[in-house]
Amino acid sequence: MKLQEIIDSLSLKVETPAADINREVTGAYVSDMLSDVMGNAKDGFLWITLQIHLNIVAVASLKGLAGIILVNNRVPAEDTLKKALQENIPIMSSPLPSFELVGRLYALGLRCR
Amino acid sequence: MPVEFRADLHIHTCLSPCSELSMTPGRIVARAAALGISIMAVCDHNTVEQVEVTSTIAKKRGIRVIAGIEINTSEEVHILGLFGKLTDAFRMQAIVYEHLQLGENDKEAFGPQVLVNENEEVLGFNKRLLIGATDLSVNRIVELIHGFNGLAIASHIDREGFGIIGQLGFIPQGVEFDALEISYRADREEAHTRFRLYRHIPWITSSDAHRLEDIGRSTTGFVMEHSTFDELRLALKGAEGRKVIF
Repeated sequence: MKLQEIIDSLSLKVETPAADINREVTGAYVSDMLSDVMGNAKDGFLWITLQIHLNIVAVASLKGLAGIILVNNRVPAEDTLKKALQENIPIMSSPLPSFELVGRLYALGLRCR
Repeated sequence: MPVEFRADLHIHTCLSPCSELSMTPGRIVARAAALGISIMAVCDHNTVEQVEVTSTIAKKRGIRVIAGIEINTSEEVHILGLFGKLTDAFRMQAIVYEHLQLGENDKEAFGPQVLVNENEEVLGFNKRLLIGATDLSVNRIVELIHGFNGLAIASHIDREGFGIIGQLGFIPQGVEFDALEISYRADREEAHTRFRLYRHIPWITSSDAHRLEDIGRSTTGFVMEHSTFDELRLALKGAEGRKVIF
């Protein structure tokens, strides 16, 4: 599934308009612990979190993630956005809490494997 | 007669992946000297390997370096451990290394972890995932620091990411911090209201510098007889005429 389709289906706000959203999403992982994401997220996954600090971009870049979705209308920190653009990591946001957002991603067919 | 010493007790060197390469021990000391800082703690992420060289250089400039480490707990809370003896700091490091998340540092993602000598020459790179978390809880890390005669300070409690209040929502009962660090970003008055529950613990502020220009952007005054670790402990306790000026 293309990231663009997911953005449209869930009406996600794109926080990094310059980043490439025409990429394939292979699955998704939800966690607010960076160490957990480093251990368990896979290449091409979308990551759902409430963390907004700079290090989320480093983790996404390290793991080759397709993008990050921030829940609860969380606003990424300024340096996070800057780094995301440098690393070409799309960051999206949603007003939904994690539980609701993840349910909808599951319904779209995304899995965590 | 106790006098006031200016202290910056949270400085990273180029061994921390997120620090700038210019954070070499020599340049850090030169900058601290220019700013009139008389005590500094080198607190790299999950390692103490750059403390000794910094201390050697600092001694020549009359600056005291305290052996420190910024440990990442299993809850991803940052805690500073400060030690009076380098051997105790290395004992702490051995446990941190044993419990640190496995994997090698990816310098493209997190930045290089550079070990340098007194002459600013690169000695090598630390390969561990220093940015990672240990599998030890806040409670355990504080116990361990105390077990090695150290001081345990909760890092930047006003920060949402990696601060104890941001991660846990509160300071758990039974965790005995020797001090709480308020970051340079915090508005002091707001901090007094927001953290009023924790006024019984001494507060300090420090730079958490990752760049040379950040050193000393926030410092704490310690009224003490000498610029030693034991005196810092007394000042934090408010004992024998020593005190902390926040």
